[in-house]
Amino acid sequence: MIRYLEKIGRNTIWFLEDTGRMGSFLVLGLGGIFKRPFRFSATIRQVRLIGANSFWVIFFIAGFTGMVLGLQGFYTLRKFGSEGLLGSAVSLSLIRELGPVLTALMVTGRAGSAMCAEIGIMRNSEQLDALECMAIDPFRYLITPKFLATLISVPILTLYFNVVGIFGGYLAGCGLLGVNPGAYWSGMEQSVVNQDINMGIIKSFVFALVIVWVCAGRGYFVHVIRGAGFGAEGVSKVTTQAVVLSSIAILICDYLLTAILL
Amino acid sequence: MSQAVIQFKDVVKSFGKQIILDRVNLTIPAGKTTVIAGPSGQGKSVTMKLILGLLRPDSGQILVGGQDISKMRAKALNGVRTKFGVLFQGSALLDSLTVFANVALPLEERTKLGSEEIRAKVLATLAQLGLTGHEGKYPAQLSGGMRKRVGLARALMLHPEIMLFDEPTTGLDPENSLEIYKLFLETQEKFGYTSVIVSHDIPKVFNLADQVILVNKGKFSTFASPEDIQQSELPEIQAFVQYTMGKLYLSREME
Repeated sequence: MIRYLEKIGRNTIWFLEDTGRMGSFLVLGLGGIFKRPFRFSATIRQVRLIGANSFWVIFFIAGFTGMVLGLQGFYTLRKFGSEGLLGSAVSLSLIRELGPVLTALMVTGRAGSAMCAEIGIMRNSEQLDALECMAIDPFRYLITPKFLATLISVPILTLYFNVVGIFGGYLAGCGLLGVNPGAYWSGMEQSVVNQDINMGIIKSFVFALVIVWVCAGRGYFVHVIRGAGFGAEGVSKVTTQAVVLSSIAILICDYLLTAILL
Repeated sequence: MSQAVIQFKDVVKSFGKQIILDRVNLTIPAGKTTVIAGPSGQGKSVTMKLILGLLRPDSGQILVGGQDISKMRAKALNGVRTKFGVLFQGSALLDSLTVFANVALPLEERTKLGSEEIRAKVLATLAQLGLTGHEGKYPAQLSGGMRKRVGLARALMLHPEIMLFDEPTTGLDPENSLEIYKLFLETQEKFGYTSVIVSHDIPKVFNLADQVILVNKGKFSTFASPEDIQQSELPEIQAFVQYTMGKLYLSREME
């Protein structure tokens, strides 16, 4: 019994410590954005790594997601004789839900994991210590450009996902299954309102913050995360943990935001 | 003895239930070379991280230039760190940057020098350390000895008052080790820094020392010279001398 209580106590203390660490990481990472001088070239380099390099991945994922939506939507709507609503069905599902969520999950897998591993390796090989010893703030030098670049890239990638997805739906619905193109576009135009677009953008900002916070944060604290182990194994475990945590957090935030914003 | 530049007062540091430093007192004099020696896993690297403020002690004071850094805030600590240059055990070069960019980093981040001036200074330092022609390479393309030299070049860029060397010759062959010691002597003469060398390269590293601090089972004992260690009557020190230096060191003395 006492051992059981001890375990609960230990876990609680560790949870509180970890929350505190991650909380201060978020504050320092975001706070760095407002500190001068602004690290323009480092931020642009990160935008390229996180954003521009995801161009083709997002293109294919968005294209095929849109096409599947077009296909599924067509057969479902045909049962009710309302194939003309395909445009609004595809665009609303993409703009409100699938665009932000799938983009965020893709960025987590592609850039979040890379970010976590990079920072984790820097921690393990004393590179972060070296920066601190040279009185160079690791947040300003390394972390903040990643925060800023993710916050810039994810919303843009989300918008791009939506556009490609809507064209994918058009290709499947109108190009292959014979839906009237005019009905597709006008359906979209009539049903999508500003609130839908705003919801998608707000979601994409929140997801971007979740990705960079969790992935960069886990890498930064690789040496103190319990049970992670050391060296290469530690980095690999923490990277997996970061991707899983970030993905779950994105879906939880998605539910909460939808409930609040709808 | 000259003025103390670093002082530990009753410093305690533990990790979980393991006490690494137990009420440690030590003094590192300015302008001299202090060697902290002892077997692995006895707290040498922890001592170095405490000096740099990378770890905080559980209790006690750590004075650097008279200022207690044990409870100092990050900004003030950064100010104190500008006094230090560090050569890490694994060199700790930023592996995504070239040799040039690594050595230029402290100048770019901490000074307002223009790119031409930075370039000239970096190339001059690289030349002094025999690294001309390697400035475009990445750390992974260099040998261990060269990485150490790049690390030394980076640490010296801002003319530190205190240089810390963490196991400077670990993983190097005897020739490269000798080279690093030679560079150490040359650069110390040129820059006049106080140096702290954490090493288990006993007895070779003792040749550089003005003062030796032996770490053994959490106890820190200070000696004015390597000879004093041998003459110590404390049984644990005698055992340590037998164990770590043994016949090799004795035979050197007899020569």
